[in-house]
Amino acid sequence: MVENEGLRRYVAHAILWIGIAIVAFPVYLAFVASTQDNAVIANGQMSLLPGGHFLETYYKTLFVGSSGTTREPVGMMLLNSLIMALSIALGKIAISILSAYAIVFFRFPFRMTVFWIIFITLMLPVEVRIYPTYKIAADLNLLDSYSGLALPLIASATATLLFRQFFMTVPDELMEASRIDGAGPFRFFKDTLLPLSRTNMAALFVILFIYGWNQYLWPLLITTRDDMQTIQVGIRKMIVTSDALTEWPVVMATSVLAMLPPVLVVIVMQKLFVRGLVETEK
Amino acid sequence: MANVILRNVRKTYPGGVEAIKGVDFEVGDGQFCVLVGPSGCGKSTLLRMVAGLESITSGEIDIGGRVVNRIEPADRDIAMVFQNYALYPHMSVYNNMAYGLRNRGMAKPEIDKRVREAAQILEIGPMLDRKPKQLSGGQRQRVAMGRAIVRQPKVFLFDEPLSNLDAKLRIAMRVEIRKLQRRLNTTSIYVTHDQLEAMTLADILVVMNGGVVEQIGNPLDIYQKPATTFVASFIGAPPMNLTPFRQGETSVPVPGSTGGILGVRPEDLTLTTGTAPEGGVRYDLTVEAIERVGAETFVYGSRNGAKEAAAVSAKPGELPPGEIIVRLPGQTAPAIGERIVAVAPRDKLHVFGADGRSRIEI
Repeated sequence: MVENEGLRRYVAHAILWIGIAIVAFPVYLAFVASTQDNAVIANGQMSLLPGGHFLETYYKTLFVGSSGTTREPVGMMLLNSLIMALSIALGKIAISILSAYAIVFFRFPFRMTVFWIIFITLMLPVEVRIYPTYKIAADLNLLDSYSGLALPLIASATATLLFRQFFMTVPDELMEASRIDGAGPFRFFKDTLLPLSRTNMAALFVILFIYGWNQYLWPLLITTRDDMQTIQVGIRKMIVTSDALTEWPVVMATSVLAMLPPVLVVIVMQKLFVRGLVETEK
Repeated sequence: MANVILRNVRKTYPGGVEAIKGVDFEVGDGQFCVLVGPSGCGKSTLLRMVAGLESITSGEIDIGGRVVNRIEPADRDIAMVFQNYALYPHMSVYNNMAYGLRNRGMAKPEIDKRVREAAQILEIGPMLDRKPKQLSGGQRQRVAMGRAIVRQPKVFLFDEPLSNLDAKLRIAMRVEIRKLQRRLNTTSIYVTHDQLEAMTLADILVVMNGGVVEQIGNPLDIYQKPATTFVASFIGAPPMNLTPFRQGETSVPVPGSTGGILGVRPEDLTLTTGTAPEGGVRYDLTVEAIERVGAETFVYGSRNGAKEAAAVSAKPGELPPGEIIVRLPGQTAPAIGERIVAVAPRDKLHVFGADGRSRIEI
């Protein structure tokens, strides 16, 4: 029985390691490729060990850009993506926490109708409503602007639902105690609900930041100027399918760079993130 | 320093459910009023109406000479202690108590003085920097009370504040609440479903049932002279034995009445081998169950040949029809299945009208 337990543990660990290898190998390969000479990759003789072009490639990627297609330095793209992802994440949190507050704590006519309308938007992601959304953005002169990148993606049913569920677990007495303590609706929100939602907001921030960071279709549509490009779109544009040679080291370096911010966010927020999803601190 | 007056207070919920059906009473300055009743009787609703957390459908609530019907809870000069304490989980004990004062724009030194004073009274001084999470139930209860007393309000409102504590702590806190209230001499309204708490705390006891007040008065008066069968069975544990009677059927002559309900408290019954005292009552019982609690013993007996004379099922009468409880001092008790005779003298009897709504003096 005991040996059996041990064996089972080894098997489990082996499977996990295989899984990690499957996930990590392409990432490793991308990193290795970004440190090689383009010619070596092009003729298919890439080594599995990092090459000697690390600094050169990354400098070029970040500050110069690929010599072929877009010629936009990836540093700019990173900045664009960062601004977009942050605006989306923070905007979504701000809007949804307020709407959830209204839905849960205020009695107004058609409260449930409003809730259901928000709920229904779950079925309408950007891809479904892309034409009308583009039309509106265009009419509002939002093309090639940060507002255009972020605003249409900010309204979020998911986050509203999450906050609603959390708010419903806040005991009514807390609100009543606040009322007796002389805190109006705004003070109650600021002094009690916001601090209590801290971990939820952190968890949501991680999810929404990655959601915003990974947007591809919408930025592709709304931006035409190269200096407004996000990194996801930029990578795609660097891969040329025509006669020219794709600069694989630059493409790979861009991919590696594109992976870093979400990873950093997850690492930094990990503790709060897990607490936010697991803990119910009341 | 204020009295609280309720004048024909009613509450009807939007669905048409009438939770409070016209309540009148007055709590004098510095008095401790306890609202007691079974769950769903409207006592909490009534308290929340005084607090301003529920709207008043009709009638008036007057606190310290001012009708507060349309006044926000914060401006009514009341403080409330909730059943689940409702402490702000993210604030330290100190901030929990100071929050209400800060919102009122009180000067910092004054807040500090009041919080430390309250902490000293409640013996929570060493815990001021802790979060509610790090406190035990009893300590949280103290913080909740501290939050109320720093405000120095005209009225304290307690909504079943002890029901989340274990039995021992409940008794200790009960005594402490009473001492504190005497010391601060602040008018208080206290809601509970525990008749023991009600009896021990109250200056004025208000017994409620189904949204109406059944009886108001001094706790001992209510115990000695319950006005209705509901009060009779609710106040006192174990509950009063209630049996229907028709004139001439029993040895209890009731002038000017053809019948009604007869009540005897379990402690007023004694076991005998002889006959009932003149004008008293006699029950022939078969012992069904015995509960020994140490200082006293409860004997549950069914009445012999009294199947048709089913006992009045007084809500919340826990007794199945026909069962009579006898409370005996000490630990000696008859055996199960034994036939016994329990009697009570005439001056220990309570007589009610047939509907249980009126008391008949004999």
